[in-house]
Amino acid sequence: MTAPSLPDLAGHFGKYGGRFVPEALVKALDELDAAYRSAKADPEFQARFQDLLLNYAGTPSLLYRATRLSEALGAEILLKREDLNHTGAHKVRNVLGQALLAKRMGKPRVIAETGAGQHGVASATAAALLDLECVVYMGETDTERQALNVARMRMLGARVIPVTNGSRTLKDALNEALRDWVTTVDTTHYLLGTAAGPHPFPEIVRDFVGGIGVEARAQVLEMTGKLPDAVAACVGGGSNAIGIFHAFVGDEGVRLYGFEAGGDGVETGRHAASITGGTVGVLHGNRTYLLQDEDGQTVESHSISAGLDYPGVGPEHAWLHDAGRASYEPVTDAEAMAAFQLLCRTEGIIPAIESAHALAGAAKIAPRLREELGRTPTIVVNLSGRGDKDVHTAGAYFGILDKDVVS
Amino acid sequence: MTIASTFAAAKADDRAVLVGCMPAGFPTVDDSIEQMIEMHRSGCDVIEVELPYSDPVMDGPVIQKASDIALANGVRTRDTLKIIEAVSSAGATVVLMTYWNPIEKYGVDAFARDLAAAGATGLITPDLIPDEAQEWLAASDKHDIDRTFLVAPSSTDARIAMTLENCRGFVYATALMGVTGARTAVSSQAPELVSRIRAVDPDLPIGVGLGVGNGAQAAEVAAFADGVIVGSALIRCVLDAPDRSTGLDRLRALSAELAEGVRGRA
Repeated sequence: MTAPSLPDLAGHFGKYGGRFVPEALVKALDELDAAYRSAKADPEFQARFQDLLLNYAGTPSLLYRATRLSEALGAEILLKREDLNHTGAHKVRNVLGQALLAKRMGKPRVIAETGAGQHGVASATAAALLDLECVVYMGETDTERQALNVARMRMLGARVIPVTNGSRTLKDALNEALRDWVTTVDTTHYLLGTAAGPHPFPEIVRDFVGGIGVEARAQVLEMTGKLPDAVAACVGGGSNAIGIFHAFVGDEGVRLYGFEAGGDGVETGRHAASITGGTVGVLHGNRTYLLQDEDGQTVESHSISAGLDYPGVGPEHAWLHDAGRASYEPVTDAEAMAAFQLLCRTEGIIPAIESAHALAGAAKIAPRLREELGRTPTIVVNLSGRGDKDVHTAGAYFGILDKDVVS
Repeated sequence: MTIASTFAAAKADDRAVLVGCMPAGFPTVDDSIEQMIEMHRSGCDVIEVELPYSDPVMDGPVIQKASDIALANGVRTRDTLKIIEAVSSAGATVVLMTYWNPIEKYGVDAFARDLAAAGATGLITPDLIPDEAQEWLAASDKHDIDRTFLVAPSSTDARIAMTLENCRGFVYATALMGVTGARTAVSSQAPELVSRIRAVDPDLPIGVGLGVGNGAQAAEVAAFADGVIVGSALIRCVLDAPDRSTGLDRLRALSAELAEGVRGRA
């Protein structure tokens, strides 16, 4: 199988993706598309982007052989250490790319949506670095849950606007960012945080984070002399997963696994597993799998991980799922937290709870692959972010907080 | 009446058509039917029923709030069809405005069929552009539903031409770059957009929406457009009223004021 040259010119991955937006935004999306094509072909832009990744963000991130975790799981586990990047997650790659693009388009202002605050912090960081005005929309519920990230964004000079309509979480922040953009499109770039939304965002975000997979592929070849048996990542909107998958899509022997947030369990209805527990529809500008009721109203998602707590998923994942090229499975809160603890105790690494879903998934597929292959499998796991932001959630989950700890 | 004959009749009277918008099921199914019938009786030529949706990205705070109330009170897609049936049976010309996903979930062809059977004459699609509308073009042709797509001040001439080719009934010109909601002044971008549309197609009626809230503004828009679309200001009559009968009184009064406005052509 060769790597597919998707999306097509209109942003379709098979029947997924596309543009389901108010006409008022079409011109801006066309301009963004044109600006991206020209930037992609411009060696100067690429050099500037690579320079920031190398000298500011601290990439390429390490590929680390997790020996004690490997023993515990019965597989050779190689961790792609995106948690070591500046701002603590893979998201810095996307925001640097898009902020450079905003500069190139002559737009002095960027807006962003955020759930837990990670993309908001990353956006505020890139905006400070490149001298852009930055406004971050965040559900009011999330601003209360993630007060420290709100403070971080403000320290970096961003304005945080709490969103008080709908469910007051990530999807409503995204709605509000789109409403802002309809009004301010001449001066504003919408710095979308995941590989979803209307074309060309899924493609742009994929390409900006695609270095994860390119690096991991070269690193694993150098380290082991061969390609891995599997690549595992967590999937909310799906940017870290598409970032590590993309370079491996053409490698037929490499199995791709996306682990969705199963919350209390897909069967309970309280989850955020759009592919394994949702149906096909249109949300936030693209056709994809989403959580919806029988009238097509969006259903609220649930996950212990704020970064995966989103009722949709990027359209390329929907396509990879239907094409059978990647497998998507749910991981429950409990499974993710067990993996979280295991990584802490075996490797001295506190992962983001998002990334713990990928670790829990690796633990599930390890025995299956061992049986199928008749040997110890090699699994590359995308450790997409660090867990500092999750200390309070995890501390409460494990009951290890002393009383009166400030959230 | 069809959309075409409604616009033709108004044109013969040398006035603009008044399109009044109300979310289905706000605050309840029966109340919304009563409101729409009162709007019709008080001078709204076309009732634009909005199907409440969980993620209305084109709408400002008033329509969002009304939609949330309708959804919280349990309105379903099938209720919206019942409401359309009741309001069109009362003699109103009815069009539906809806975000795309509820239709896709219902089944595009089945929805067009049931919408026609309920008596609606057209559909306005705020987040469906003709580029993605193949299935809708086929279903609306088959079941004879008029198609209203949106154009915006940011639309290129090429996109305006492409959009008009795919419209039937009337085109919705969004008067400004922004979301729905009454403004203190009518957008200066609107007349220019209307003349750009007319330059491409002098015959297709043009409805102008976003920002109109009173009779004077309606008259101002009626001076250059074929239809004046009012939503948030009408909804606010009900939303902000201390009790139901006051709300209905305000709704009747504003509808009448707007109807006078579209006859004023300032």
